[in-house]
Parts: sequence; C-alpha cells; structure tokens
Amino acid sequence: MMPRLFQGIRAAAGRRRAMPGGRLSRLAAGGLLGALLGAALLAPLPPGALAADEHSHETPRPPHAGLSFQRMFGSFDRAAAQRGLQVYREVCSNCHSLRLLSYRNLRQIGLSDAEVRAVAAAVQVQDGPNDEGAMFERPGRPSDRFRSPFPNEQAARAANNGALPPDLSLIVKAREDGANYVHALLTGYADPPAGVTLQQGMNYNTFFPGHQIAMAPPLTAAGQVQFPNMPDASVDQMARDVTTFLAWAAEPELEARRAMGVRIVIFLCILAGLAYAVKRKVWADAH
Amino acid sequence: MAGGLTQSEFKNPVVRWIDSRLPVFTMMQKEYGTFPTPRNFNYFWNFGALAMVNLVIMIVSGITLAMHYTPNSALAFDSVERIMRDVNFGWLIRYIHANGASMFFIVVYIHIYRGLYYGSYKAPRELLWMIGVVIFLLMMATAFMGYVLPWGQMSFWGATVITNLFSALPIVGDPIVTWLWGGFSVDNPTLNRFFSLHYLLPFVIFGVVFLHVAALHITGSNNPLGIDPKGPQDTLPFHPYYTAKDSFGMAIYLIVFACLVFFAPNYLGHPDNYIPANPLVTPPHIVPEWYFLPFYAILRSVPDKLGGVVLMFGAIAIWFVLPWLDTSPVRSMRFRPWTRPFFFLMILSFLVLLYVGGKPPEGAYVTAGRLATAYYFLYFLVLLPWLGVKERTLPLPESISRPVLRGGGPLPAGAAAKPMEKA
Repeated sequence: MMPRLFQGIRAAAGRRRAMPGGRLSRLAAGGLLGALLGAALLAPLPPGALAADEHSHETPRPPHAGLSFQRMFGSFDRAAAQRGLQVYREVCSNCHSLRLLSYRNLRQIGLSDAEVRAVAAAVQVQDGPNDEGAMFERPGRPSDRFRSPFPNEQAARAANNGALPPDLSLIVKAREDGANYVHALLTGYADPPAGVTLQQGMNYNTFFPGHQIAMAPPLTAAGQVQFPNMPDASVDQMARDVTTFLAWAAEPELEARRAMGVRIVIFLCILAGLAYAVKRKVWADAH
Repeated sequence: MAGGLTQSEFKNPVVRWIDSRLPVFTMMQKEYGTFPTPRNFNYFWNFGALAMVNLVIMIVSGITLAMHYTPNSALAFDSVERIMRDVNFGWLIRYIHANGASMFFIVVYIHIYRGLYYGSYKAPRELLWMIGVVIFLLMMATAFMGYVLPWGQMSFWGATVITNLFSALPIVGDPIVTWLWGGFSVDNPTLNRFFSLHYLLPFVIFGVVFLHVAALHITGSNNPLGIDPKGPQDTLPFHPYYTAKDSFGMAIYLIVFACLVFFAPNYLGHPDNYIPANPLVTPPHIVPEWYFLPFYAILRSVPDKLGGVVLMFGAIAIWFVLPWLDTSPVRSMRFRPWTRPFFFLMILSFLVLLYVGGKPPEGAYVTAGRLATAYYFLYFLVLLPWLGVKERTLPLPESISRPVLRGGGPLPAGAAAKPMEKA
C-alpha cells in the first residue's frame, strides 16, 4: 500500500508543477512524509482514490497574451482599447451585452466627448413612459448604459440555439487567468481531433472547458474588422485588441489603482523607515 | 470609594476636571502608558495590536460600503459593481474591505499560533485564551456572511454548502437549515438576514475583544521565555517602548496590505464570484475563501457527513480545552525539545490542510487531507497530554532580565542590536 501511496503523491505533485503552486505541493508532499507517523489512523481508502492521473485530456493552460496592462505597473494601450471597442461594436455586440458600462465611460479610453456622443447616438434605446404614458425609442445618450442586444434571457437563448451569450462587462475578472483565457479562447478554434464528435451546433475550441462551445468562431478572417491605419489586421490582433477593451471594461479603475498604489507604498516604506528609527532610538537605553 | 472625586495626576485643568469625575485618562495612562510589559517581546507580539487595528479598518470600510450596498437578491450584485465603478473611490473601499478580511485572518492565525508556540494559553491565561477562541469563531461567522453579500456564484453556492452542514445534525438539522435560510433554499430572506448579522457581529466582536484585552491586563502578557516577570527589571512601560515597536510593525503590515489592495486585489478571491448568483448553475468546484480551507479540508476528509461536521467544529472546539490538554508546566516551546518538532509538524499539517482544501477531493489530495487531519488531532489529543508528562524540559532562565542583559540563553533578535548613540 505504501508504494501506491507515494506514487499518488508524486503524480499529484508532478501534475501541478507547471502551476505557481508547485512549490506548495512539494511542501504538501513533504508534510505527508512527516504525517505518515499518523498513518495508523488512516481511514480505509475508497477504491481508485489514488488513480490521480486520469485527466490527460484536461484543457491546456492559455498562453500568456503579453498585453500592455498585464505587467505589474502596466496601463491600457489606448489605441488597442479603442480598436477593441470597434471589434466589440461590430462583432461581439450582436450577441453579447455589456450592461454594467455606460457610453460616458468610453472617455476613459481616450474618446472625445463628440465621439462618445456619436457612439451612443448610433443605437436606439427605449425610454419612457412619456406624458401620454407610452414608451418610445430615442437615440442613445452618453449617460445610457450600453444597449443589450436582447431584451431578456429567453430572447437571447431563442436566437442562439438555446445557448446564452454571457454578459461581457466582467468576463475578464470572472474567468480563471482572465485576459489570457479570453485571448486564447478567441484564437483557440480548431477542427475537432479524430474521435471527438461534436454535438449539433457546437464548435471545437482548444481552451474552452470540455472543448465544445456554442459560440461560432467570432473572428475568422484577417481584416474582418477594418481598423483605420491598420488594414488586414490578423485574427490574433483583433483578439488582443478586444481583450484589452474587455479588460478595461472589467477593471476600469486599474490605472488609477496602480498609480495610487505606487505612491502609497513609497509613502509607507518611508514611514516604516522612520518608525524603525524611532523604535531604535526609544529602545536604545533598554538593552 | 463612597462619594467624592478621584485624585487625578493630570495638570491640564480640563483634563483634570474630566478625569476626576470619570477617570478615563488615568485608566488609559495605567493600561497603555505605564502598563508594565515584559521587556523581551519579539515581533510576534505585534499581532494582537495589528488585529485590533484591522478590526477598526474593517468596521470603518464596512460602514462606508453599507451606505452604498443594497441587500436584495435582485440588486446586490449590481450595487456592488456600482460601488466599483461609480462611487468615488468605491473600488478602494471595497478592495480594502475584501482584502482586509484576508489580512485579518493572516494576522489572527499568526496571533493564535504565537500563543500556541509560547504557551500563552496556560495558567493563569486560560480564560484570556478561551475568549480569544470565541473571537475567532465570531470572525469566521462574520467573514462567511460577508462573503455572501456580493451575491456572486461563490457567494450563493458557498452559502448553500455551509448552511447545509447543519442538516447533518439528527432530528433538529433540517428545521435549523430552514430557519437559517428563512425559506426552503438560499434566497432573498437569507441575504437580508446575513446582511443584518454581518453588520451586527463586528460590534459583538468589538465587545469580546474588550473582554480579551481586559483579561490580558489582569494577568499581564506572556513572553517568549514563558516565565513570569519577577520585578521592574523584567518589564518596560508599554509607552513608549511597545507603542514604538507596534508602530513599526504596523507600517510593515500596511505595506503588505497595500500591495494586496493595489496590485493584486483579486488574487485571494475566486473569479466565479464575478458571475451573478444563479441557482440553476452549480460551479464545477465550490471552494470557500482561503482562510476556511483547513477546516473545509477536515470536513471533506471524513466520508460521513455528520462525522465531518463534528470533526470540523471539533478542530476549533479543541482549542477551548487546550489549557487542560497540555499537561506541561513549561510554557515556551523554546524549553521543550521533545514537543517542539511535533509542534512544527502540526503547523505543517495545518498548511497541508489549507492547500488540500482548495483542491478537488480526489486522488492523493484525499489521502493527504486525511493524514493531516489525523495528525492535527493526534497532536492535540495524544501528543500534548503525553509529552507534557514524559518530556525532560530544558532549564528555565532565572529571570527575563538576566538572559537579555548578560547574555546566556537564547537571545531575542532585537536584543543583539547595537544601542544607538543618545542624542
């Protein structure tokens, strides 16, 4: 029984080695060796409990996208975010809402007031009731939330083969390894490997958990979205840009947060130095 | 004590007027000014003060958040996002509160394990220790209910899993769960009462912390040598010595806190909690916040539901009787060469449980969790009582001041520092 046990531990440690928690798992394995002292109390194991390595077809880790804001002190590339907005408006927004954002927020990624007004006015939103008690349509204003493509969940499902396109306002924060995952997903469509049968209306994606995703490949050809000054942008370029835009949408405070953090940590380091000097001085006569 | 004013030593007439009628200034001077404190504290003794500061930070940031939060299952998630996006510095307040909870548990775990290592739970500090365990339980309840409030997927499913634990109790289990929920599933009434209690409990904690500090000031603090101060040569007035030392510790604590808040605010959170709660979709792995993972791992180590619940609560309940489980008259592990390695192994088992609790309950993780659980209880229920009787402890120093002033015996880290020139 003992060799089997160690095998299981080693398998578990090996499986996680690529992860940042690899050191922890070695620690855990080390702890186990010690804790074997308590092995007499070990409860009987269910059969197959040690067959740890059966998930060989797990979803791979998304590669690092290397985007501007992913560095510790990085910020959002304004041009990329604006191109990403264009991708969202022309492609994603046909199915995906962005309900937590208002058009006025777009000033943050460098749009002028006039541009924001133009983006908002491009959609018709429902307002009302008016003095006669009727709802009416009007062009959007900067203060409006982004218009959702479907009025409710049922309408969204009915138009999408039963699947619900998730809201994208928080998608980068709401997924493990957010920005890398979104970028990998958008570029991860492929033909299913031999032996994999897709369910009807599903698509094969390398990075989607379970590999079967209802969303058809949204970005398929270079130049699908025509950026000014950048004709024939590659699929990867479009994916990177829309990921930057969505990362900003999820964490619009990121730049302000990091800028404040730098100042506060510098201040605290000086404070700590002074506090230590005071402590040394106060304690000088106590030793 | 009948009638008349208190003799106040303060010169300022206003202070003196108040102090002679309500001697709060005299009390503060006695308890935080001249209060005799062992001179040999190491930096582990900062964590009590840090926990106090952390509690205040949590209450202040929490009250501010409550001004903007809406405790309704249809509105809660969006109201949190409004705080993040539209309330001035709302993101800062919320990240301080969310990461403050993690910092609170880091600080309190270190505080607890410091007490375990240096025997701070032994006579005459048993009640002080037990009050501390009560604070820890209240903290866990408060943190759990606070995590439910954003009404994300982990909020909802965490609440479902944890409240369902009580259904393991025979006969009364199911009625208790229904009563906790305020219905037949986690829903709006659950959110409402959790919000109400999450607002209440911190003030209860504040009250119990007051008792904790009051009891501390009766017995006085323990110290790294675990021996009692024998006279004024063994102690220093709390102010300025320990106010200065705590200030430095607090600056370091704030640096760590700031790095979390400003550069990795979601590192300790779970991405699923940025998905609005959906009773129809269960997340693939339901994991509680990291500070509950050791106990969650114990729960999952037992194949039987009731057994798991009993063992999980037992892991904390055992701390209540710890003063009587540890039979050794020597407090500090420094002088307990036999017990010391087993103590470190116990810390390791706790860390293993912390790690395993966040992993899916399968394969080697289950085995690791069971071994660590077994050792955790073995340490408290068998090793401590037995070693305390059998162990040959090292000779204790004569007094606190001797090893500090004349060398000999293990020196506290700070004691070796060269004295600075006096200005």
